[in-house]
Amino acid sequence: MASERSIKITPEVVTKVARLARLNLTAEELARTTHQLADMLEHFRDIDKLDLADVVPMTQPHPLKNIFRQDVVVAGLSHQEVLDNAPATQDGRFRVPPTIGFDV
Amino acid sequence: MLRPRKMADFGYHRQSVLMSNEMSNSSFPTVIELVTDIRQGATTASAVLESHLSRIDLRERDIHAFNVVTVEKARETAARIDSDIAAGINCGPLAGVPIALKDNMCTRGVPTTCSSKILEGWKPPYDATVVTRLQQAGAVIVGKTNLDEFAMGSSTENSAFGPTRNPFDTSRVPGGSSGGSAAAVAAGFAAASFGSDTGGSIRQPAALCGVVGVKPTYGLVSRYGLIAFASSLDQIGPFSHSVADAALLLEVIAGHDPLDSTSIPQSAPSLQSALSQGVKGMRIGRIVDLPEGSEPEVLARVDVAFEALKSAGATIVDVTLPSLSFGLTAYYLIAPAEASSNLARYDGVRYGLRVDAEDINAMYGATRGAGFGDEVKRRIMLGTYALSAGYYDAYYGKALKVRRVIADDFARAYSTCDVILSPTSPTVAFPFGSKTNDPLTMYLCDVFTIPSNLSGDAAMSVPFGTGAHGLPVGVQVLAPALGEQPMFRVAAELERAL
Repeated sequence: MASERSIKITPEVVTKVARLARLNLTAEELARTTHQLADMLEHFRDIDKLDLADVVPMTQPHPLKNIFRQDVVVAGLSHQEVLDNAPATQDGRFRVPPTIGFDV
Repeated sequence: MLRPRKMADFGYHRQSVLMSNEMSNSSFPTVIELVTDIRQGATTASAVLESHLSRIDLRERDIHAFNVVTVEKARETAARIDSDIAAGINCGPLAGVPIALKDNMCTRGVPTTCSSKILEGWKPPYDATVVTRLQQAGAVIVGKTNLDEFAMGSSTENSAFGPTRNPFDTSRVPGGSSGGSAAAVAAGFAAASFGSDTGGSIRQPAALCGVVGVKPTYGLVSRYGLIAFASSLDQIGPFSHSVADAALLLEVIAGHDPLDSTSIPQSAPSLQSALSQGVKGMRIGRIVDLPEGSEPEVLARVDVAFEALKSAGATIVDVTLPSLSFGLTAYYLIAPAEASSNLARYDGVRYGLRVDAEDINAMYGATRGAGFGDEVKRRIMLGTYALSAGYYDAYYGKALKVRRVIADDFARAYSTCDVILSPTSPTVAFPFGSKTNDPLTMYLCDVFTIPSNLSGDAAMSVPFGTGAHGLPVGVQVLAPALGEQPMFRVAAELERAL
C-alpha cells in the first residue's frame, strides 16, 4: 500500500484519470490538475499515521435495512416528460452520436 | 402587528447595521411573527411578499443571492393563500411566509441549475419532497438561490453565474456552498430559506452571514429531489433569523419519506416544545484538543457561549476528539469519490448541455469539459483517482475507516455530554479571491463542520455576536444522531443570552 501511495502524479496519470471520468481537460487544466492533485494527495497522507488495521469501514451513517415498496402501479413521468429536457430526440427516443465503430 | 422596524430602509443604513451585533435577529420579522400576523389578519401574504420583493429590488443587484426570482408564481401563491385565509381555510403552519430555495432542489417547471452551465435551462419534471412539504405548509417560494457549482465550495465563488456577496460587507464572501440562501435571509429577501449541507454548506454560510443554520441528522429530512453531490453526506436544512423559526421549519420538512431509501422511518420530532426548557442540568462538551487555526475573536465568542450556558445552569465537560483533524482528509476523499459517481449522469444525453462530437465518447468528454467549472472538475478528478483500480484501498477504503474512527470518537464523547460546542467557522467572512488559489486553504474552512457529516450527527450554527471587522460569528452546537431536541434547547439558550 505504501508503494501505491508513493506513485507520482504525472501528466500521464492525470490524462488517464480524465479519460476514465469522460472529462476533456485543456493543456492548461491538465498541468494545473497534475500539480493540485499531487499537493492534495500529499496532504491526505496525514491519515497514514492512524492505525486502521482492525477498523470496519463505514459506508453510511445510519444502517437501514432495505425496504421494498408494495408491488402496485404508481404514476411515473410520461414518455413526453422524459424526452422534454433532452438535447436531441428522434422518433420518441434520445438521439446520440455513433456508439460503435470507433476506438474507445 | 407586523413591526415596520428598519426593514424598508435597510439598504441605506449598512454602516449602522455593521455596528449592530444582532442585525439579523432584530432587523426583519421572523417566520413566526409573519405567520401569526397573517393568520390574525394584521397583514396579508401578498403584503408580506411585496415587502420582501421591494428589498430584492433594492439590493439584489449588489448581493446576487438568487439565480431566479419567481415573482409571478410567488404573487399567485400569496394571492391564493390570502383568499383561502379570507374563506376561513387553514393554510398550514407556514401560510404566507416567503421562502427561498437553494438552486439544487428540484422545482417542477422552474429551472434548477446547481449554478452549473451543464444544467442551464433544465426544468425538473417533479418537485423535491421538501418543496412539496413547504408548499403544503403554505410557504410562498420566492426563488432559487445561488450556490457553489453542485454545492462544491465554501464561498459561493464557484458559481457559473458569478458570486454572491455578503450582505454585511459586499467585499466579502457569504460562505458556501449555500451562500445565496444565507445571504437571502440576512438581506431580508426571504423570511427563511433552505440549503443543503454536505460538509458545512449550511452552517458555515449561516455563521458568516449572521443567521441560524441547521444540518439535521442524516436521514431526518428526505433527499428526494435534492440533486446529489455526496449521497452519504448530503442533508437539507433551514436558514432563519431565529432558533424558534428553525425549529418550526425543520418540523415541517422532517419525517419519513418512502421516496428516499435512506430516510429514517419515523415521524418528525417535536422541536418547538424544547425551546423553553432551558439548559439546567445539561452537560456541554468542550473539545480540549480542538484543531488550531481559528481567529482569537472567534474562540473568544465560543468562550462567552460556554459562560452563558454555565450561568443558565449547565455543566461544562471536557471531551477529546483526537480524530477530528483527520476529518478533512476523509471528507475530501469520500465526498469527491461519491461526486465522481453521482456526476457521471451529466453526459449530454438526457438533459442539460450537449457539445456535439463525432462519436459518443468524444461527446461525453466535450460536454463535461465545457459544462463543469474548475472546482467540479478538480473533485471529479480526485474522486475518480481515489476510486480507480490500484488506489481504492489506499485512499477511498482508508477514508471509510477514518470515517468510522471519527463516528466512534463522537459516540465516546457523547457518553459524557449531551451536546458539544465549537466554532462553526475558524474565521469570519473573508474577502473575495483570498482563498481561491489554493484549494487546500479553502477546504480548511470546513474543519469544524465536516466531522458531523461524516458521523451523520446533527449540528447547527447560532449567530453569537461579532468578531474581527465587526463581522458575524457563529457558534456551532453539535449533537448526536437524532439529538435535535437537546441541540435546540442549547441553541435557544444561546439566543436568549445574546
